[in-house]
Amino acid sequence: MDLIESYKEELKLIRKPWTRVWVGAFVLLLILLPWFGPEHFTYTATVIFIYTVGVLGQNLLIGYTGQISFGQAGFLAIGAFTFGHLSRFGVPWPLALLGAGILAGLFGILVGFPSLRLKGPYLAIATLGFGIAVYQVFVNSELLSGGRMGLSIQKIEPVFGLSRITFNYYFNFLIALFFTLATYNIISSYMGRAFIAVRDNDIAAEVIGVNLARYKLLSFAISSFYTGVQGGLYGLFMGYLEPNMFTFMESITLFVAVIIGGLASVEGSIMGAAFVILVPQVFSEYREMVPVVYGVTILIVLIFEPLGLYGRWFKMRLYFRNWPFR
Amino acid sequence: MPLLQVDRLSIGFGGIQALAGVRLTIDQEEILTVIGPNGSGKTTLFNCISGVYKPDAGEVNFEGESLLGLSPDLIAQRGIARTFQNLRLFLHMTVLDNLLLGRHIKFRRNPVHAFLRIRREELRHRGVVEEIIDFLDLQAYRQVRVSDCPYGVQKRVEMGRALAMEPRLLLLDEPIAGLTSEEKDETAYRITEIRGRYRTAILLVEHDLRIASKLADRMIALDYGKKIAQGTPEEVQKTPEVIKAYLGED
Repeated sequence: MDLIESYKEELKLIRKPWTRVWVGAFVLLLILLPWFGPEHFTYTATVIFIYTVGVLGQNLLIGYTGQISFGQAGFLAIGAFTFGHLSRFGVPWPLALLGAGILAGLFGILVGFPSLRLKGPYLAIATLGFGIAVYQVFVNSELLSGGRMGLSIQKIEPVFGLSRITFNYYFNFLIALFFTLATYNIISSYMGRAFIAVRDNDIAAEVIGVNLARYKLLSFAISSFYTGVQGGLYGLFMGYLEPNMFTFMESITLFVAVIIGGLASVEGSIMGAAFVILVPQVFSEYREMVPVVYGVTILIVLIFEPLGLYGRWFKMRLYFRNWPFR
Repeated sequence: MPLLQVDRLSIGFGGIQALAGVRLTIDQEEILTVIGPNGSGKTTLFNCISGVYKPDAGEVNFEGESLLGLSPDLIAQRGIARTFQNLRLFLHMTVLDNLLLGRHIKFRRNPVHAFLRIRREELRHRGVVEEIIDFLDLQAYRQVRVSDCPYGVQKRVEMGRALAMEPRLLLLDEPIAGLTSEEKDETAYRITEIRGRYRTAILLVEHDLRIASKLADRMIALDYGKKIAQGTPEEVQKTPEVIKAYLGED
């Protein structure tokens, strides 16, 4: 029974009681994980949370707005080192994280300008150049990168008597949750609709009054804000930073996560983040094989399930909703 | 003062002069139909008015202000909405979302509302959109993806999206082309309804002369980018140049 009695009811994040049950169960599982799961599960999940933030941002840009960026490693580096330097100056972490996001976002607007003229592969190359340029700047500037020893970052002291690993887990869980909810809000608002309009039909979008330049740049800004925050979180988690953490491979990883998780899907972004973290773990003895796994999986996904892991999940749910009548 | 005034409008693409000195005016709540054979410049005229093309010469004035040099989104905000001959819908969104996008210019667009899920504006505009859904008989398709809708429904969605903008001038590019005869009559009826309900002027491009002349207050005919006739539908269809353009010389 799917009866809606008011517009407000239709706008709810979770409408069906069953959805509420499994989302609740999933969140509960995540909350309990550090107490029951082995330590390396907790550790891996923490990294997935951190990546989720960036993948969500990347999905807003690629999946929703239809603009491509291979420069995410650049935003990650800018976010991470901004966070690092700010916290070394004694700025408290929430402000430093905000600063990391904002500076990355400003660079995002800058990188977004080519998107007003370029499309598809041409935009990909322009942004690719940015990612590599940022990497080179950090490699060649000891002032920015903190020198040969890297930039060490003061970690947050655990509270409530939690162990460091458990504390990190909850800390990043809450931040990832915050960004997940914010993304749901964005995509269901006028802004998300405008993003999709730009992607689906830019001429029609313009004719109904969507300012293409504004929404493309806004999407770049928001997406790189997310990525910058991911960089900051990563720095805080690792406790030190060096430019080699932000090679072109990082851009690829975020891109792969979006494609495999599912374009234009929040749930897919989370699944994609989990995928790109878990695959290198599973193949940890054959590290050099990881790009091959990525490549083959992308091919399989594009051929058999263009909607990604989310698409598969969606179809499974549809199947069970109608079961046994199909 | 006329609502829209187009004066000596010209645009060429390479060697082809698509519009050559076209003049026309539309008054408030008037239905003006543009007829003409294929390639006579009807759609180009629309593209010039809505800002998709930049004309080489001429004037386009809307409510006394020039539209030349404005981008399409600014022209939309002035109160001009249009549909496209070959539909331009947001195919991966639902019918409801497509119509809500028509409300984009009417939203108080506050990013904070977007991030924090403040839904007052959203609810207000949904009310308006639901009325349009009722008017266009789209209830059954509210939550259906546009790409899954039949052609006739897609046409209605596009008209609904334009109506959601509450335009003062509505440009309809062949609104009944490709429809079944039943849908044609329905659409024709709706077009006259729209004028009364939404108090908007309508500039209509149409090939079906029977329906075009039934709807139009006035009619103009284009051929090779030039205006060859204007007046009441009967007058225009009796003009020798129009007969020549449509049927050829004997």
